[in-house]
Amino acid sequence: MDCAVKIDNLSKLYGKKEALSNIDLKVEKGEMFGIIGPDGAGKSTLYKIMATLLLPDSGKASIFGLDTVRDYRKLREKIGYMPERFSLYQDLTVAENLNFFASLFGVKIKDSYDLIAPVFSQLEKFPNRKAGALSGGMKQKLALSCALIHRPAILLLDEPTTGVDAISRNEFWEMLSKLRERDITILVSTSYMDEANRCERIAMINKGRILEVGTPQNLVSRIGENLFNAVGENMFRLLSELRVMPEIEDCYTFGSTLHIVAKKGFNPARAKLELEEKGLKGISIYPAKGDIEDLFIKLTRNEEM
Amino acid sequence: MKKCDKVISVKDLTKKFGNFTAVDHITFDVQKGEIFGFLGANGAGKTTAMKMLCGLSRPSSGSATVANYDISTQGEEVKRHIGYMSQKFSLYEGLRVDENIKLFSTIYGMTDDMIKSASDRLYKSLNMEGMKKTLVKDLPVGWKQKLAFAVSTIHNPEVVFLDEPTGGVDPVTRRKFWELIYKASEEGMTVFVTTHYLDEAEYCNRVSIMVDGKISALDSPKALKEKFNVATMDEVFRIVAKDAIRED
Repeated sequence: MDCAVKIDNLSKLYGKKEALSNIDLKVEKGEMFGIIGPDGAGKSTLYKIMATLLLPDSGKASIFGLDTVRDYRKLREKIGYMPERFSLYQDLTVAENLNFFASLFGVKIKDSYDLIAPVFSQLEKFPNRKAGALSGGMKQKLALSCALIHRPAILLLDEPTTGVDAISRNEFWEMLSKLRERDITILVSTSYMDEANRCERIAMINKGRILEVGTPQNLVSRIGENLFNAVGENMFRLLSELRVMPEIEDCYTFGSTLHIVAKKGFNPARAKLELEEKGLKGISIYPAKGDIEDLFIKLTRNEEM
Repeated sequence: MKKCDKVISVKDLTKKFGNFTAVDHITFDVQKGEIFGFLGANGAGKTTAMKMLCGLSRPSSGSATVANYDISTQGEEVKRHIGYMSQKFSLYEGLRVDENIKLFSTIYGMTDDMIKSASDRLYKSLNMEGMKKTLVKDLPVGWKQKLAFAVSTIHNPEVVFLDEPTGGVDPVTRRKFWELIYKASEEGMTVFVTTHYLDEAEYCNRVSIMVDGKISALDSPKALKEKFNVATMDEVFRIVAKDAIRED
């Protein structure tokens, strides 16, 4: 398959701080690819380099065969970049912003209208509203419309769903799936681990390094840990007691249950008895299915965050 | 001052901006030592409600007391008896650890003796004695979070307001932070917290969900899940908030 993005041994330093360290990454044409990692992992630095806005210290990145340093002019026509921070003109109206970006790229809105319609339609009700006065969800839709106006072949979306509630996040991912059907390659970053499942493949990134790359299903199946759920009446006490058991490698909260990473020889029934002897009530321990967050915890367990 | 088990008591609290009702007659109580999750879609009115409870904005009608002080008439007293922390702003990055502690405790009106004993206690309990002279921006994110929480509660407030304290934070640090919250609550501190991570809603004693300025659901996570017959708070949230009309 053709490569949309190819990154070789890319590094970037800010002073002495290593923002990106020997990154290798390939994204295929038409893929919905997720970059998953917490704040400070290096996601935005990677995006700025891909968007031709920042020079790497070593290594190289190319998009559709165009080098982000040498071919930056040609490349800018092909990418639609939505930075983490809202970067439209707050004192221009909805229509003015869209017109402005269209004229920057020398295109007409009507020629791209079919592409932006699913995103832009909800904004058409108020063309004269200033961008700064839009709600968070609406700002995001306008920014995406402006990033799409020149019909880019690839969208670079840097944390589009940060600070957005669960319902609007869901809506945004549905818009992305529609764009995906138009053969646009989409690279989207997020710090919400549960959004990994929306992507065809993901790269998990932390402290400037890529931890793993693969389909979410494949990565989860590779966790290779013996996971159990535990519940009880006093979850905090249960957590403290489980942590000191010798047959338990790690124990952490996981929504309504605790996840136990068990060592060999862990016996749920025996553990339950032991806990009940200590006066804990309502204990239940049963096998758990891991997800991306379990994998992330496993991969970063021995690091100082 | 009479100690009362209700640390926050809210009755018909309402805030209007022109003819827009941001917060629409909300009523609830928060008990001492409770971890109270304050959820809602973007624009549901959470921030406006929280500002009123912190004494930063006056209600249009209705009333509330926080730590037994009236938010309409005793805003300054309210501010003195609460702690506040958010992910967006909590510490001065360009100041050292000890300077941040000094700054915040002085703002809270603590005397030099109080500051000394509070900060000694803080260094010991956080195991940060070796980091007093470190610039906050050089601390790992997990330490920053611990310090931010400790600083926001250094004056031993009756209640601490946490406004999306874990946004963008990695899964391990996020969990460690919640263990701090659990510990504080076991020691009797009341915690009022907002979050977009619905797995964190499961850790609260009770959760309220705001929709279009009103409280649409309020109960323990267990009771809410039973009521809507679903397995997770994520599903509860989607069901309750899906009919929201307004956005921000």
